Amino acid sequence: MNTLLSVSGLSLTVGPGGREIVRDVSFEVGAGEMVGIVGESGSGKTQAARAVLGLTPPPLVRSSGSIMFEGVDLATADAATLRKLRGARIGMVFQEPMTSLNPSMPIGRQLDEGLALHRRDLTPGARKDRIIDMLARVGIADPQAALVAWPHEFSGGMRQRMMLASVMLLEPALLIADEPTTALDAVVQRDVLELMVALTRDHNTAVLMISHDLPMVARYTERMIVMQQGEVVEAGPTVDMLARPQHPYTRKLLASMPKRGLARAASSEAPLVSVKQLAIDYPGRQRLFSRTASKRALHGIDLIVHPREVVAVVGGSGSGKTTLGRTIAGLLKPSEGEILFRGRSIQKSNAGWRDYRLNCQMVFQDPYSSLDPRMSIGQLVGEGLRQIPDLSDADKRKRVDEVLEEVGLGSAYAPRYPHELSGGQRQRVAIARAIVRRPSFVIADEPVSALDVTVRAQVLALFAELQARHGFSCLFISHDLGVVEQVADRVVVMQQGRIVEEGLRDTIFDAPREAYTRQLLSAIPTLEPAGEGGVQLKWRFENGFA
Amino acid sequence: MLRFALSRIVMAIPTLLIVAVSVFVLIRLIPGDPAQLLLGDLATPASIADLRARLGLDKTWFEQFAIWFGHVLQGDLGMSITSGQSVAGLVFERFLVSAQIVLAAVLLASLVAVPAGMIAAWKQNRWPDLVLVGTATLLVSIPTFWLGLLLLLFLGLELHWLPVVGYVSIADDWKAGLLYLAMPILTLFLHEIGVLIRMARASALEVLRLDYVTHARAKGLSERTVLMNHVFRNAFGPTWTLIGLVLGNLLGGIAVVETVFTIPGLGRLLVDAIFARDYPVIQGCLLFVAAVYVLVNLVIDLFYPLFDPRVAAE
Amino acid sequence: MNTPAMNTPTPASAATRKRRRLAPNALLGMLIVGLVVLAALIGTFWTPFDPLKINFAMRLKGPGGPYLLGTDEFGRDELSRLMLGASSSVWISLLTVSFSVIVGTAIGVLTGFVRGWTDRIIMAFNNALLAFPGLLLALGLLAVVGANKYGIILALGLAYTPSVTRIVRGTVLSLREKEFIESSRVLGNSELYTMFRHVLPNCVAPLTVLATSMFGWVILAESALSFLGLGVPPPAPTWGNMLASARPFMAQATYLSIFPGLCIALTLLGINLLGDAVRDRLDPRMRGAR
Repeated sequence: MNTLLSVSGLSLTVGPGGREIVRDVSFEVGAGEMVGIVGESGSGKTQAARAVLGLTPPPLVRSSGSIMFEGVDLATADAATLRKLRGARIGMVFQEPMTSLNPSMPIGRQLDEGLALHRRDLTPGARKDRIIDMLARVGIADPQAALVAWPHEFSGGMRQRMMLASVMLLEPALLIADEPTTALDAVVQRDVLELMVALTRDHNTAVLMISHDLPMVARYTERMIVMQQGEVVEAGPTVDMLARPQHPYTRKLLASMPKRGLARAASSEAPLVSVKQLAIDYPGRQRLFSRTASKRALHGIDLIVHPREVVAVVGGSGSGKTTLGRTIAGLLKPSEGEILFRGRSIQKSNAGWRDYRLNCQMVFQDPYSSLDPRMSIGQLVGEGLRQIPDLSDADKRKRVDEVLEEVGLGSAYAPRYPHELSGGQRQRVAIARAIVRRPSFVIADEPVSALDVTVRAQVLALFAELQARHGFSCLFISHDLGVVEQVADRVVVMQQGRIVEEGLRDTIFDAPREAYTRQLLSAIPTLEPAGEGGVQLKWRFENGFA
Repeated sequence: MLRFALSRIVMAIPTLLIVAVSVFVLIRLIPGDPAQLLLGDLATPASIADLRARLGLDKTWFEQFAIWFGHVLQGDLGMSITSGQSVAGLVFERFLVSAQIVLAAVLLASLVAVPAGMIAAWKQNRWPDLVLVGTATLLVSIPTFWLGLLLLLFLGLELHWLPVVGYVSIADDWKAGLLYLAMPILTLFLHEIGVLIRMARASALEVLRLDYVTHARAKGLSERTVLMNHVFRNAFGPTWTLIGLVLGNLLGGIAVVETVFTIPGLGRLLVDAIFARDYPVIQGCLLFVAAVYVLVNLVIDLFYPLFDPRVAAE
Repeated sequence: MNTPAMNTPTPASAATRKRRRLAPNALLGMLIVGLVVLAALIGTFWTPFDPLKINFAMRLKGPGGPYLLGTDEFGRDELSRLMLGASSSVWISLLTVSFSVIVGTAIGVLTGFVRGWTDRIIMAFNNALLAFPGLLLALGLLAVVGANKYGIILALGLAYTPSVTRIVRGTVLSLREKEFIESSRVLGNSELYTMFRHVLPNCVAPLTVLATSMFGWVILAESALSFLGLGVPPPAPTWGNMLASARPFMAQATYLSIFPGLCIALTLLGINLLGDAVRDRLDPRMRGAR
């Protein structure tokens, strides 16, 4: 196998002599190979990849190392040489489909730019033909119309496909994909990735894929590189690394992948929370002289949560799971249907509502916007105790300290402020705030989605421990079936505002009935122990979902 | 796009209405009998009674407003107390004088400031940026009337390059006219450069951080191409909006420059009217300038989709 | 959507919090503004000479000697008048900005929180008031309230309130969507409590940025109005009316046209530098991600 790209000893610092973001990194990519770089936030993987093309943001400078590509050292090449290689020989796909296409330039023109620059041998007509062919190839329904359309007229998945089209039109030898599907919906992710693999195989383009999503990288790559805090900790063939991980960090990453938790007996107690025929309509937008029709976001949802049970609600974007969560939490008013808590309707009875309000709490997704930046941790967690009349101030403080200990932070954190904490720590605070009143029902809306994989595992473990100790029920909303597999007792699958399938966790995961459920399941691996302390990833439904 | 344009135009109508109501109410708030005020020294019991009848001062405020607004829509803004001229004619005539200065200054300032701001953003924290930002901050801090005085002192009295006071209409003698307009335009030009460079730089900096700029570079495009094809259009939007605001503000604030250079413009008209308690003129000026401001911003809004198509989508 | 946590290295404890150094232009801004405020404070109570005392024998003397910056056409000490003018400007702008901020915030928070038809009507009026270019509205209001110290404060205060309302309402609207507001509701707090405990304190940052700029606008507007003769009436000195009365003597006593304008320009420069620094400090924090 010829080596296409050879990075050796690369170091990047913030300004000359500043903090090292990337330290002494070396790796290779062979022609036509698929290589993945895996790491969490702060690993430096993105900057290392961008350095290949010389696209690191201004404060970063290369303090040492070489980047050999087709006989040229990209690290020291002059601007003109770099520009000739960019696009034509090395292409790059970015993460955010919303901001990676110029919003004020028609699609056709953006796709044409690179082609016009590097393929002067083609006439404008020939270029246009190629663009139309490529757009069709990536699955755009009406390529001619797309040529003059604006980026904002397309969904995220479509834009990523166009991004791929734009890059592959030039038939580069190497494609650098920086978190190409992270911002996409689970179902769409798979399609876009498969497309990327197909396109690169067609043109024998090598791929350097950067991601925090270990299973995804493991699925498609032949070799894998693991980075932590700016350094390469381990590298090698994917299958071997998974089966026999050497470095402690690699092992930690593998151990953090969600595994199926213990199955608990189905509860036979009376339901704690009952949702009957819940429906929500979003009012139409007020236009100048008319009003667009109202949209039904939830159609006749029936749901039951038993005491001490964890019910997971899964679905892609637009499934209505978040809307459902917020309605049950009391943030949205249902248009139809009712919610019963301990047998009492929370809409019709004041006592019922008060009881519910005291006993139902919520943990939100975004650790950065769910905590008031101007309040201290102690104040944030203690705010929930306002509603409890008989607690003295001293008692309140004691409870806050207690709860902070329980979530693994400790009372020393009480005077600190959110901006001083990391994402994982903030989520612990959010959990502390939710359980400070010892509620019997907690709604968790994507509580770990915004966290790094290793942190995620810790927070999930914490959650399970708290749930076991205090016995609260939980409605766990997530798009990530892997996480759900670990925590849920029962699973409810939603699509477009309706419940598609529901049942015990093991049933859903081992014997799903609906095609949509199978589609969702195909995106997560089953982990089977293999080799020395390693795993083997197996994928479900490789041959279709029927 | 059509729906966007229509909705913007229609939204301007209530604004204009409320503007008219505000001006109407403002004048009515002045203590004293409105007819007496509007006639000033020329008041005789007979003329007061006559005006009261015409304005319907014994009717409700709604009806009075309707009558007044009706006149306004026909272009009748009343008569000036001090000069007896039609207010509408006076206001329009003076407006043309002020508009020349404002438009010329803002146009020239935009042509210079927008590229300068983008260059400053491109070379962020290097010396071109520091010089440009420093200059802009200085220029913004100098009040226009003082700047005008300084220019007058230096270019007019010291160097005798330009005439110091007076005004000649360009329509009559375009060479002399230009000479008289040069300093006022220069004064406003220098001030607005400061304002516009800062905004152009700020929005260019925002755009330069976005992924699609890096993507453009990743295609191998030269920096110049990236700046012109990708950065400029997207960064220009906020500056374009600011230009609308600036035009409006200058229509209000030009009074000081006109005072310094003794230009018979709209600002001067309003100030003189305030001193002379010429309420019809005050009313007319306020209404006219506010209406022009709303229309200017409407036009600015209608062109915004050129720089950001997402706005027209919804 | 499964975006991983921000790719910033995560701060683990207060001990590692970066100490942010003050940029040189922030320091310069603070220095200038400090000097002006100092001059204003002193000028309120004491000046080298009596700024109002007429002394024809000493008229139009150039800078130097006991009259550090010279005398005007009535023989009054320029430096003393400038100090008193500083006092006047600072007090007027302080009162005006306070007025606008208090009224504008009250309206902005209320209408942003309540929404519905109340919001639409209030914003329609607000936008119409914003349709009057700043100085114009002030001029119009002055015609009604009369040109004196309190008239100016009222006129300018009312003229700038719509800007404050718009910004505060905008902040409230964006805050409403944030999860910490929703979590306050889930905790069972009343809307009123949420508004005061969560929304209002988080408006402080953008308000501070706005207020800093507003000081500049008001000083400029007040001096422009004084220059036009519509400001604080003579013989009380403001920098604006000092410039106006210096005009007839431009040729013979040029310094009279320089000093007051220089004061205004320096003050504005200081405020602009300070304002930029304040904005840099406070804005990123508002976005929450660190």
